Order: sequence, then structure tokens, then C-alpha cells
Amino acid sequence: MNFEHILEHHLIDKILIGPWFVYHGMWYGDDPIGLTRNMVMMTIVAVVLTAMLLFAAHGRGRAALLLRTGLEAVILYIRDVIVHPIFHERTDAYLPYFLTLFMFLFLCNILGLIPFATTVTGNVAVTGALAFCTFMFIQYAGIREQGLFSYIKHLAPSGMPAWVLIIMYPIEILGMGVKCVALTIRLFANMIAGHIVSLAFLSLIFIFAEMVKWLGLAVSPVAVGLALFVYLLDVLVSVLQAYIFTMLTALFVGAAVHPH
Amino acid sequence: MDAIGLGYIGIGLGAGICLYGAAAGIGKLASAALEGGARQPEAIGPLQTMMIIPAAMIEGLGLLALVIALLAVLSLNKGVPVAGGGAPAAVEHAQ
Repeated sequence: MNFEHILEHHLIDKILIGPWFVYHGMWYGDDPIGLTRNMVMMTIVAVVLTAMLLFAAHGRGRAALLLRTGLEAVILYIRDVIVHPIFHERTDAYLPYFLTLFMFLFLCNILGLIPFATTVTGNVAVTGALAFCTFMFIQYAGIREQGLFSYIKHLAPSGMPAWVLIIMYPIEILGMGVKCVALTIRLFANMIAGHIVSLAFLSLIFIFAEMVKWLGLAVSPVAVGLALFVYLLDVLVSVLQAYIFTMLTALFVGAAVHPH
Repeated sequence: MDAIGLGYIGIGLGAGICLYGAAAGIGKLASAALEGGARQPEAIGPLQTMMIIPAAMIEGLGLLALVIALLAVLSLNKGVPVAGGGAPAAVEHAQ
């Protein structure tokens, strides 16, 4: 038993249960391709999200009313604090994307904390795909709102001499890519760090137990208490990172839509 | 002392210095927000909203440095006999 073994077992995406879920005939070099835990978890999150929102929207009775009130607080917060101050009159056109993004990220992060469930956003490919969606959405929103030529012209700030503009355009285009990469890494690292620290504290028990047998037993209340504290911090970080991702996406899209 | 031990020391120092920079930045930001809230208690709401975004961005940078340090440690472990056997899949298919 090794810390690296534990990390690799818990945090790296693997094909589910052996040869049953492998897509026979599809290979990535030497490795087989198959149904992985992240795919199943994303489907579960999508089903839970759809069921919860449909129940809140169309349900009758006390439970649906409670859920509707709670969700309405979140949705009104996103609309009035994140989306409306940025896209003043075009709020209704862009609100569904940001609501979807926030609810998906929030549920992914929170459901990843349940034991035996994988954190989908703890994989750099998933967060990279979300940041790629942000990148494409920036281009699409900018070109739709301003037209192609005006969007390209407004990439760099106006009112500068020509030689500064020659440097500014590559920097602005690079900056767009770098901002999306930063979005990827921020979400991925926050989610993975919580899990790694929890696993590290719980591995303290086994490290002490290898030296002296009863030391493992003695250190387990401390280790479990520390892991619980980091777990609670992880709950806070999950909510916060979903909010930050949505907020930064709204900022970047707003900068493309209204360049001033 | 083997030269590879210096690699581990370097990674530890690098991660520590990056964390110091991130914590200093966020501490300065938090102190400015608290001071503004103490001067003008009715501005606490907007200040809190504005404080979260730079805090998350600075924390993103700090965690980026930690991810790089973790990758460096995992790839340094390839050339060292690690107690209990290393995890080769963790290094080759890292994330």
C-alpha cells in the first residue's frame, strides 16, 4: 500500500469493471477504450439535474414548493447579480447557458463528495471541455452581437498608435486562450486538491500503522477529524468554484459583447 | 547525498514560495475589504461580492503551482525505488 497507489486508484479515470464495458475494437495506442466512471457519473448528474428541475417546475405539493423556493433563490441570484449587470438588455438571451453551466458544475462538484462517486470536474479533460465551450461561446457571442469585422476590430483597445496595435493583437488573442486555460486549471486543481488532502490525511493512519501496529489505531481519531475538516472545506470550495467559473465566463462573454 | 534528493528539496521549496505569494496576495485583499467594511458598514455587501473574484483568481494561480509541483514529484518518483512500489500508471496517464 503506497500513497501513490491510493491516489491512482481513487483519482484517475478508469474503465468500469474489466472486460464487460470495453468498446471492443477501439484502441488508443495500446490502451482499450470503454465506458469509464466519469461517463457514468456525468450521466447520473444529468439525470439528477433534469429530474430535480422538472420536479421543481411542474410538481404540486409541499415538497415541490420547497424545492421551487430554494431553486428560485439561486436562479434569481444568478440572474440579478451575475448576468444582468453584464448584459443589460440581452439578459434573457444568455441566461439559459449560464444557468445550465452553474447547475451542472454545482451538482458535479457536490455529488463528487459522496463516497463511491467520482468527481467529474476533477479530471482536466472535463474542465478543459467546459473551458473550450466558454472559448467558443465568447467568439459566437462577439460575432453575433457585433458582426465579424467589428468584433475583430474591437479586440484591441482603440486610440493607440499603429506600432502598439501590432503588438496588442497577438497579446489579446493569446490572452483569450490563456484565460480559458486558467479557468480549466483553477476548477480542476481546486477539486483535485480537496480529494488529495483528504486521502493524505487518511493515509496517515496506514503510515503510522506500518511502523507500530497500535499507533495506527491511536492516530485514527485525529486523522479522521482532520479529513472531516478538509471535507467540509471541500464543500465550500465546490460551491465557490462553480460560482467563480460562471462569473468569469459571464465576464469574458460580456467583454466580447460590449467591448466598452 | 544523491543529486535526486536536491530535486525533491527544490520542489518543496518552490511549492512553499508559491503558496507564500498566493497567501500574501489574498491576505492583502482581505485586509483591504475588512478595512473598507469597517469604515463604511453599508458597503459590506458589494465589497464582499467584489472580494470573492480576485480571491478565486489568485487561489487559481497558487493551485496551478501546486499541480505543477505534484506532477514534478510524480515524475521524479519514476527514477527512485519508492517504498511499497511506485504507481507507474499514475505517472504515465497522469490526469
